[in-house]
Amino acid sequence: MREINIHPILQFSHGKELKFTFDGKTMKAYEGETVAMALYRSGIDIFSESPKLHRPRGMFCAIGKCSSCMMRVNGIPNVRTCILPVREEMVVEKHEGFGKLPDYIEKFAEPFEINKEVAIIGSGPAGLSAAITFKEFGIKALIIEENPQLGGQLIKQTHKFFGSEKEKAGTRGFEIARDLIKNIENSSIDYITNSTAFAIDENKIGVFRNNQYMKIYTKYLLIATGAAEKMIPFPGNDIPGVFGAGAAQTLMNVFGIKPGRSVLMIGAGNVGLIVSYQLLQAGIEVKAVVEAMPTIGGYFVHAAKLRRFGVPILTSTTIKEVRGNLRVEKAITISIDKKFKEIPGTEIEWNVDTVCLSTGLIPSVNLLAQAGCKLKYVTSLGGFVPVRNKDFQTTNKNIFVAGDVTGIEEASTAILEGHIAALAILEKMGLKTKKLKIESIKNLNNLRGSPFSKKIIEGLKEVECE
Amino acid sequence: MSNYLKYGYLEVKDVVSFPSLKMITKHPVVVSECIQEIPCNPCVTSCQFQAISMEGINGIPVINFEKCSGCGKCVSICPGLALFLIGIKGKKGLVTLPFEMLPVPLKGEKVYLLDRKGKEIGQGDVLRVIFPDKSTKSAVITVSFDNIELIKSVRNIRSLK
Repeated sequence: MREINIHPILQFSHGKELKFTFDGKTMKAYEGETVAMALYRSGIDIFSESPKLHRPRGMFCAIGKCSSCMMRVNGIPNVRTCILPVREEMVVEKHEGFGKLPDYIEKFAEPFEINKEVAIIGSGPAGLSAAITFKEFGIKALIIEENPQLGGQLIKQTHKFFGSEKEKAGTRGFEIARDLIKNIENSSIDYITNSTAFAIDENKIGVFRNNQYMKIYTKYLLIATGAAEKMIPFPGNDIPGVFGAGAAQTLMNVFGIKPGRSVLMIGAGNVGLIVSYQLLQAGIEVKAVVEAMPTIGGYFVHAAKLRRFGVPILTSTTIKEVRGNLRVEKAITISIDKKFKEIPGTEIEWNVDTVCLSTGLIPSVNLLAQAGCKLKYVTSLGGFVPVRNKDFQTTNKNIFVAGDVTGIEEASTAILEGHIAALAILEKMGLKTKKLKIESIKNLNNLRGSPFSKKIIEGLKEVECE
Repeated sequence: MSNYLKYGYLEVKDVVSFPSLKMITKHPVVVSECIQEIPCNPCVTSCQFQAISMEGINGIPVINFEKCSGCGKCVSICPGLALFLIGIKGKKGLVTLPFEMLPVPLKGEKVYLLDRKGKEIGQGDVLRVIFPDKSTKSAVITVSFDNIELIKSVRNIRSLK
């Protein structure tokens, strides 16, 4: 019922049909699809409820970062269903409150240990680029990925990328991802998917995969865990149908599922503009994009692409409220003045079933914090980010970082950062990479030469140490 | 400076420069609506006639109208979909634009002509459709219409159906 049948850029193919149960009802899924996606495809909007007030909750991030889609799966509560692939006969249930542990749990498999010279947590553009760099110098890194597939958020970017030929400018994001992934799969690089790294203890990483605990001993660790979408406060922000813009992208561009019929986009940064355009490409109506700032934050060309199709962009406008019973039915926006104060009487009511938030991203630094790496709050980088040197080495000298976890930027910068961090680790191992590393750092600085990067550069000064 | 960052579209006067009428009577010539310094240059590297130049990767594309052959390769590759060809053939105006939606109109089809705000400003005929050569590029569509003035305003199309 929410299937995207034709798309100007993408072709969708489904795996074989599987059956599972949801609250006792038999449901259909395609092999390779996650539980939350299969449910949403079949028209399910409510995935959980708030623990105290029992308000219905939908899915929000769709990439395993938030807790909105947690359910009980085969008796285990609090499972993130958006990143859990469906298996035949799986038993999925919504649970009340915080969920209860079952009386009986199937015995977990014996823990096992592996030794690796280098491990990479996260397989987005930064992680993949690092793994390929290691391979080029004869080092086999291990990639640890929480999602069912490699590629991070690059796999859902259907627009042509900016940059120069070196960064494959003009190529669509998912095709850059496909090439990187092919490179990994065709080589001897080891990777584990559906695997959550949950703790770092000196030279040991704790990873949970299916029902198995893995201890991964490693000399060097690269953390490239990316970022999560920000939720902003307004009445009704938890009504099913309020999504992170990235979740809408995952639904439509990875799984071929329409997130809704009619959408209001909050935020006119690059994410908001790009996702709005991609919604149009998926055959979904976009009523408007609203932006609290007096000007559009994203690249003008992305705004122009959208305007050409008659989608209004309302600046100095914010979301006031979302209404709906079991699903978004209405959104109300309001104009704001220079001091961001609401101007009474300027409310607009939008008949939409979906509201997408693209109001910024927060670096996913949880593991870094747990590992004791020093963090610093830098507004222009998106929140808490690791203190590091030019080599992307954190205050914990065996832990390196790359990509959005170091501060919110672009896929092109993430690819270069992963490359540089890998070269720096290789240098520590005694390989001659210094010249290449310095050259790559120069390329990275070149990419940051536009006025859009001014704030980033200011922010970097606050976290880059010697 | 106009309000393009407030509203998201350019006025005709914001477009850095247009080729002369005489020039575009010979063959269509590219115009750029890429007016912000962003790190992007495939238009420069894809042009075999060196008709587009840029200062560093963050510069704004500068078009040498004399050198442009009107091949439209840059229209197809531009990640911002910000390049268009304009031309005059006989008594008709021509605009070539990138197109990434469905349905892709077919040659000979009548379409609505839309301006930078998506407003209908007339009707035209699809003269040529270049489907993407690889899935990486956009379709490129040329429309022709009676009102030559519109070459500066037509930036999108919509099927009549």
